[in-house]
Amino acid sequence: MPVSPKLRKTLAVIGAAAAVPLVLAGCTDNTKTTAAADGPIQVSSTASECKVSASTAPSGNLTFAVKNEGTEVTEFYLLAEDGLRILGEVENIGPGITRNLVVTAPAGKYNTACKPGMQGDGIRASFEVTESGNKPSVDADFQKLLDTGTQQYAAYVKDQTEQLVTGTKAFADAFAAGDAAKARDLYAATRMHWERIEPVAESFGDLDPKLDAREADLEPGQEWTGWHRAEKDLFPPTGYTAMTAAERTAISKQLVADTEDLATRTRTVELTADKLGNGAKELLDEVATGKVTGEEEIWSHTDIWDFQANVDGARIAFESLKPALEQKDAELSKSLDDKFAALQAELKKHAKGDGFTYYNELSPEQVQGLASLVDSLGEPLSKLTSAVVL
Amino acid sequence: MSGCPFGHTGDAADVERSGEPNDVVKSREASDGGAAAAAGSGTARMSRRGLLSLAGVGGAGAVAGLAAGFLGHDAVTANAASASVPTAAEAVVPFFGDHQAGITTPAQDRLHMAAFDVTTEDRKELIKLLKDWTAAAQAMAAGDPTGKTGAVDGPYDAPPEDTGEALDLAASKLTLTFGFGAGLFEKDGKVRFGLDGRRPEALIDLPHFPGDDLQPGRTGGDIVVQACADDPQVAVHAIRNLARIGFGKVRVRWSQLGFGRTSSTSRAQVTPRNLFGFKDGTNNLKVEDNALLDEHVWVAPGGPASEQWMAGGSYLVARRIQMHIEIWDRTSLREQEGLIGRTKGAGAPLSGGDEFTTPDFAMAGRNGEPLIPMDSHMRLAHPDQNNGVRMLRRGYNFTDGSDGLGHLDAGLFFIAFVKDPRTHYVPMQLALAKGDTLSVEYLKHTGSGLFAVPPGVQAGGYIGEGLFP
Repeated sequence: MPVSPKLRKTLAVIGAAAAVPLVLAGCTDNTKTTAAADGPIQVSSTASECKVSASTAPSGNLTFAVKNEGTEVTEFYLLAEDGLRILGEVENIGPGITRNLVVTAPAGKYNTACKPGMQGDGIRASFEVTESGNKPSVDADFQKLLDTGTQQYAAYVKDQTEQLVTGTKAFADAFAAGDAAKARDLYAATRMHWERIEPVAESFGDLDPKLDAREADLEPGQEWTGWHRAEKDLFPPTGYTAMTAAERTAISKQLVADTEDLATRTRTVELTADKLGNGAKELLDEVATGKVTGEEEIWSHTDIWDFQANVDGARIAFESLKPALEQKDAELSKSLDDKFAALQAELKKHAKGDGFTYYNELSPEQVQGLASLVDSLGEPLSKLTSAVVL
Repeated sequence: MSGCPFGHTGDAADVERSGEPNDVVKSREASDGGAAAAAGSGTARMSRRGLLSLAGVGGAGAVAGLAAGFLGHDAVTANAASASVPTAAEAVVPFFGDHQAGITTPAQDRLHMAAFDVTTEDRKELIKLLKDWTAAAQAMAAGDPTGKTGAVDGPYDAPPEDTGEALDLAASKLTLTFGFGAGLFEKDGKVRFGLDGRRPEALIDLPHFPGDDLQPGRTGGDIVVQACADDPQVAVHAIRNLARIGFGKVRVRWSQLGFGRTSSTSRAQVTPRNLFGFKDGTNNLKVEDNALLDEHVWVAPGGPASEQWMAGGSYLVARRIQMHIEIWDRTSLREQEGLIGRTKGAGAPLSGGDEFTTPDFAMAGRNGEPLIPMDSHMRLAHPDQNNGVRMLRRGYNFTDGSDGLGHLDAGLFFIAFVKDPRTHYVPMQLALAKGDTLSVEYLKHTGSGLFAVPPGVQAGGYIGEGLFP
């Protein structure tokens, strides 16, 4: 991937420490219209009160516009009748700020709660959702579907990192031994394992630049290591001074050590459905800004390998969430199926032997064709997260 | 709201005056006629705007009709335009002053900036050009055409001196701000124009910032001209005519249009939005901040003797920042606000309050994480994180057609005026290029320039004359 801290932000969210309960994700999406007829339900949170403008609402998508009118950070929850199960929450609302919670609720009895200062049980009131006929089609096993999908994706990450470690070792051996032909051969294919799980890999802000920084990403004086350092040596531009054997050995050792470190750390990453959805979207972003423009692999021109790998990773994340998505938004699910298939069909046209056509061999029309399909997929894919976690 | 930078000595009264709306209708005659006559075209022609103003103030029809009898084309102009009441757009920003206009002048709506390579090596020719440019700039800022005979008053068999497309347009608060790049002082290791030892220390070669993808055709330049106006055609007219005057001595290296301001430089202006849809420049330095301007924007007198010519000047940093707007638009509101550090609607810091509330970087939310994320743009760019340094930003939104892949080539043309880029720009940009997720994921710097902006011109003088004693 292009840049060092790239994607780190959202992906940093993937880092275990920052893990957030699933139900939260996408709660602030205020672009969906609420099923309540008269716009959002207004909530005012102060140190001592939690005023909710209505105590009932028809079933469907409910929007609460939560305004913090106190002086401390507040949170707002919609809880089940038992007061324990969380249907939706919105957190980190600074004083004076309004934030929306959109949540799907079937008919039943609930509790609202503001939590000024983020302490205690919060200021609670009962809330009723009446039958509107607009019944959310989500069944009780929905959470199970998300959990299963998340586990599937975690297994995929594990598998890819294992293959990445194995491949990197073979590559590093060839590179260190000065077997440039073999190293060139392994370069793009091995990197595909990295590119497939890029959002997870990049969530480690210290490892990503060590492994994947491009020359343009460096700051003055920064040591350059990793894949692209090797790339330049294997596919040298004119006027380039080749590395010494000792330098190659050092780069190879570091590459293997950092990759093993990465593999170890991915084992403890806590994945959630929103992270899968966001990760899929980010993989397509990467394709749009780095691969379809030929900026990732400026010496080897193996951008289409990375392109395919990013699409693979995005598709796996989508497919992991698909059973859940089908319950929430079957139309979106179908659209994503179609668009992944269309992009894959176009990519297949550029397959060559075990790999692909080099980027610099593609005509401008071919690049435009790919770019157009990436945008066509990227737009609905960006709706995946809010669709499954709402 | 005319410019504050003129004769601006930092006293409060001066600043107050500059913020008054009573200069809304100003013609060359009404405002700075004396000064204009001193260095202007020297003819008794009516300015292209004079009649407009008169017509608007008095009985429009009568004045315009009267004028039509005496004054040929100008009157036709006035007649056509007099139907509408003159607006603030007709204000003239005085050209002369201690500082150049176009820095603390409340940011106009439109930009055309051009950087020129100086092609002559003749010092006299360069000085002549700067004098010619000064005269033309002064005339255009006052609402006049360039040259002695303007666009239609010259010989029938000669091409008109002024190109004419601004004839019936108001002055539109046009300002023209000039700066000198390193290439004016030396190129390919050779000193130019006898300017040995005159290149200011602060006029550095900017370092490579991580992620930079600078295109040579959008980077550098020996002289820059920033034209700002409330009417885009007025700004383009100005650059076009300066380029024309310069043929044989300079050639345009790059030029950039900006269609909407992204900063306010006065508290009287509302904060505009950038193409990410967020308010930009909330915490910008403003014309009202006199002491801060002296501290952060203006070069103080008292430096080395070789740099005295820069006292009262500033340094202009220009960066063409392409935005991946299509990708941005697919990002959740949660993520967008987290990347910026402010709410999208009101522009309040995520720690609470309204747009102008001081951010509380320590305020923590769930899990002790700060409400304003550590990698948010606002946090990393804030003076608190940058040794207290401030910039006066004057950027513009741009679109330059498409990128060839089905997207708009769009972004923010960043312009900042600072006292010393070594302390007031480079450290902050390095921090942003490394740690600001917004910069890393959604921005790409494709053009760059750093220019020494000399102080203002007094009547009878010319731009940068301190360099050529």
